[in-house]
Amino acid sequence: MSDQDPQNTPKGPIGRFLALPPDSVGKTIFVAVAVCLVASMIVSSAAVALRPAQAVNALKDKQVNILQVAGIHDPDADVIKAFSVFEPHVLELATGQFSDAFDPATFDDRAAADDPATSQALENDPAGIGRLSDYVTVYLLRDDAGEIDKVILPIHGYGLWSTLYGFIALEENGNDIFGLQFYDHAETPGLGAEVDNPRWRALWNGARLRDDAGALQITVAKTAPAAGDEYHIDALAGATLTSVGVDNLIKFWMGEAGYAPFLENLKAGGI
Amino acid sequence: MAHKRKDMLIDPLVDNNPITLQVLGICSALAVTSSLQVALVMTIAVTLVTGFSSMFISMIRNHIPSSIRIIVQMVIIASLVILVDQVLKAYAFEISKTLSVFVGLIITNCIVMGRAEAFAMKNPPLDSFIDGVGNGLGYGLILMLVGFIRELFGSGSLFGITVLPTVNNGGWYVPNGMLLLPPSAFFIIGLIIWAFRAWKPKQVEEREYKIQTMEAH
Repeated sequence: MSDQDPQNTPKGPIGRFLALPPDSVGKTIFVAVAVCLVASMIVSSAAVALRPAQAVNALKDKQVNILQVAGIHDPDADVIKAFSVFEPHVLELATGQFSDAFDPATFDDRAAADDPATSQALENDPAGIGRLSDYVTVYLLRDDAGEIDKVILPIHGYGLWSTLYGFIALEENGNDIFGLQFYDHAETPGLGAEVDNPRWRALWNGARLRDDAGALQITVAKTAPAAGDEYHIDALAGATLTSVGVDNLIKFWMGEAGYAPFLENLKAGGI
Repeated sequence: MAHKRKDMLIDPLVDNNPITLQVLGICSALAVTSSLQVALVMTIAVTLVTGFSSMFISMIRNHIPSSIRIIVQMVIIASLVILVDQVLKAYAFEISKTLSVFVGLIITNCIVMGRAEAFAMKNPPLDSFIDGVGNGLGYGLILMLVGFIRELFGSGSLFGITVLPTVNNGGWYVPNGMLLLPPSAFFIIGLIIWAFRAWKPKQVEEREYKIQTMEAH
């Protein structure tokens, strides 16, 4: 649009409208609505057009994270091929048994958690997740003899700003932690986002969930609990609320509402 | 006119640099300069956003009511930033994860708003576009300088390619861990401002106060 020429009298209703002084009420509303409409159309069409490419990236990223949490990630290898060593299963949380009702290849955990048919609203919700899905996708890693080596379980919960999505890898006894990793969160860079720090993640390796009496003892806290050091993960410095969020979510998912029935089965050898 | 446009592009690089002279956009400059690759992507993103937002704002500048002009500018800038963010998520996923919230924070980068308000509202689209690109590049130049120093001495590499083999990987170079932390960018930017003003004394600001001469009694 070129500068308005005062010599030219505006023609037609549109021309007359455009020639209105910008500060008139009608023009103000028109400009506000027009700018918002155009901007929202551009943004939404970009979001829709780019979604397939983003979904592929997100899936690959999730698979890389599962490989990493299981400690078998090789940056040079093809992700999809490396990922095929895992055995995905859809797990029914309440019974702790695998369900055949869904195909693990197409089952969408997050969609299932939003669907009233496959999820429940939580009344006691320490992890801040709102709805708990009845089914989740878990991944088994078997050793060369075909015995279960590790189980990789998805976990999520609210931190300070965002829901943290991650995986926890447990040894075959269902009690020793091999690793924990979050793949999707929006915590403060440098503070809460230090949940991604390899040195902090390494603290989880070798920690234990329950004591010999079967009580859940794992804690993310600044000081070690009475139960002992092997149940303690040092909280992140400067990220109290994120640490509390991680503490809550690990207790929730490892507790009765979460994976406890499955871990019992795993321990008893019933998987 | 062509000469003037060239000046508009070159001027913000050194003589009127948004970081060193106007001291704008420091916050993101601290966050995204720990490696050159990230700094480069941020440079491109900010240059594109500043250039195109200035151009679009300039195109409708005669119709923007002054009472809602800041909001209109923000809507245009924010849409462009979301666009950049979406493209990065689709085609440069790893980098978009590293940049995390900082792409979104381009919206609040004072340089973008500053150019929209100070230049694009009063000048034709092409000039505004060139001015925006120039300022984006001026910001990027400092980003790259800081990123170069921080990555080279902080992790012994440039663009991820090892230049100084670090002790952890069996080399001889003991990396300076402080350079990987955001505060180090403060010191480096401070030193760059000092160097720029020593080179071009015209950039030194006048003091806002006068030191009184004491009379001897």
